[in-house]
Amino acid sequence: MAGDIPKNNGAEAQSRPDYRVDRAAVAFGRVLRRSGIRCGSDRTMEFVRALEVVGLKSRREVYWSGKAVFCSRYEDLKLYDAAFQAFWDELDLPARPPQPREKEPELELDSVMPPKEQVKADEEGEEAVTMRYSPIEVLREKDFSEYTEDEFGELNRLLSDLDLSGAPRRSRRLEAAKRGRFDHRKTLHAAMRSGGEAVRHRYRDNRLQPRRVVLLCDISGSMAGYSRALLRFLHAGVITSGKLEAFAVGTRLTRITRELTSKDPDRALREASGAVEDWSGGTRLGDVFKDFVDVWGQRGMARGSVVVILSDGWDRGDVGVLKEQMLRMSRLAHRIIWVNPLKAREGFEPLAGGMAASLPFVDVFLAGNNFNSLEKLAEAIAKAAKH
Amino acid sequence: MSESANGRRGALPPGVSDSQDLQQKLREFDYLSEDGLATAIFLALKLGRPLFLEGDAGVGKTEVSKVLSGMLDTPLIRLQCYEGIDVYQAVYEWDYARQLLHIRAAEAFGGEDSTEVERDLYDRDFLISRPLLQSLEYRGDYPPVLLIDEVDRADDEFEAFLLEILSDFSITIPELGTVTAERPPIVIITSNRTREVHDALKRRCLYYWIEHPTFEREVKIVRTKVPDASDELTRQAAAVVGVMRKMDLYKPPGVAETLDWTEALVALGARRLDERLVESTLGSVVKYREDQQRVKAPGIEKLLATVDAGGWGYPEK
Repeated sequence: MAGDIPKNNGAEAQSRPDYRVDRAAVAFGRVLRRSGIRCGSDRTMEFVRALEVVGLKSRREVYWSGKAVFCSRYEDLKLYDAAFQAFWDELDLPARPPQPREKEPELELDSVMPPKEQVKADEEGEEAVTMRYSPIEVLREKDFSEYTEDEFGELNRLLSDLDLSGAPRRSRRLEAAKRGRFDHRKTLHAAMRSGGEAVRHRYRDNRLQPRRVVLLCDISGSMAGYSRALLRFLHAGVITSGKLEAFAVGTRLTRITRELTSKDPDRALREASGAVEDWSGGTRLGDVFKDFVDVWGQRGMARGSVVVILSDGWDRGDVGVLKEQMLRMSRLAHRIIWVNPLKAREGFEPLAGGMAASLPFVDVFLAGNNFNSLEKLAEAIAKAAKH
Repeated sequence: MSESANGRRGALPPGVSDSQDLQQKLREFDYLSEDGLATAIFLALKLGRPLFLEGDAGVGKTEVSKVLSGMLDTPLIRLQCYEGIDVYQAVYEWDYARQLLHIRAAEAFGGEDSTEVERDLYDRDFLISRPLLQSLEYRGDYPPVLLIDEVDRADDEFEAFLLEILSDFSITIPELGTVTAERPPIVIITSNRTREVHDALKRRCLYYWIEHPTFEREVKIVRTKVPDASDELTRQAAAVVGVMRKMDLYKPPGVAETLDWTEALVALGARRLDERLVESTLGSVVKYREDQQRVKAPGIEKLLATVDAGGWGYPEK
């Protein structure tokens, strides 16, 4: 049948590059994978096909073909360039292709992840049992900065009960409803049964869809006592809701939604912290928010969504910039919620430059220092999404 | 194996055998492409793969498909994505109003039994083809160009559905049967990157990120598209836009804006830029009030002076 598409693209024998090319393509694919580009072996096969078509004569063509085949995100482009140079410049040598240095997220992890000894203590049993005995009510009130390692494990369990799926807004997609727009299709089907007389009219109406929630979590040094717990909150959100985006905020902006999709909280946090380069550094909220609004906000992600900022508002950057960006964000977002763990402290006044400058643009201001306050945050998000 | 039997191949225009040929051909159709883009398009045509284009707004993503359709002399079928787009808007819909009329008519004349009426109802005549079905049904020497524009605006469910179509190039309509493309359309997908498009969809595609052009290339583009503009005006406009792109604006102007602006200037009879001209036409390049203020803040005269002195430091690659 003419319409049948053969699985194999029918490589023409005469132009087929030799075995060595296949091997080189496979090795190149592996180098790219190791350098952080997400590409499966199907991409490698496609690359071999591309090489059959463009040939191996021109380095430039090989370069561009590989780029079109292997890359699929803007972030891939730089990684590709480095790997390409490292790999193809050395290809003539019989030695194995040079291997780009692998990331060592473990180093950065120490501040987020339980140290190895902790795991051991768990295995030994006795101590772990006493440690786990931590009355839930006490835990709910306890400030995150005073949590022990085991209590973080408990927190995961508490968080898994939180529903962060958000409240719905009206979508453009239609579904059957009691009233709304006339539904020709359904009415016609009903009419078939009564000889073409549309006795009962059917309608459809806009379906309700969850509103997008964007969480920006400050991971700078001053937030060290809280960011670990708050990241777990982000993780719980990402896995319970398909419409949630997570970012780490420090001296730069890192999107960590993908990294947080693992169901295992420890693994998810490990991956997220691997992606973040400026762990426990300073904060330049204004510049980072500008990045966010420029790249993600203005183009659509923040449009009409609930933006949640989890930060103590300590900022080393220009307050004017921050103010301007908060103004832009408030125009794009549906609601802005600011979560500041310091708010729970006695005598706290939001006077610090960054916090004071941002508050006029914030719709809801919450604490977020313990589990109870996170629960309130979840409610606030749901409420904000609804209106 | 004949070319047409191999469903995925053979969409190259005559006389094109490598990416340089293609680049030359694109130039004949007034599109100046970079090497990388030419290679990506060449591979997409030759391997029969969809081409996924990303880049800032205004860099010419949509333009690629327009040029391709012109070059191959084949229709451009465009599907503009938006949030909530569904199968009925993208593939096909029954013409219910006409179907209802048909039932009423059959009723009025009597005679036909209801199963016959029902069979008639789902005749091809009552089907309205939307872009995706149109592109599969098209029969011609060359497959049509299917532009799936701004796929990042559609939601996940629609992406999953696209995935299905892009792997089989066929669609099953329950009442009619399966429609399979004689030759798969040339598919161009664009995204403004408002959200990450799913890996599975991107895996089916070749990928290219379109950058803002270099100064010299932009001058060439303007010359090609706005031939009436004086040489000096063209260079000045391209240079000023280049400076604006480095001014940290909310919406840096794209090539489209450079073209709009030059056209506006030509319409005003300008031969070269001066302060008053820039002031009065700024709205066709810079489209946010805050951005306009930012451009005006250091003084337009100063901006023009640096540009004329060649000291704008436009990045040459």
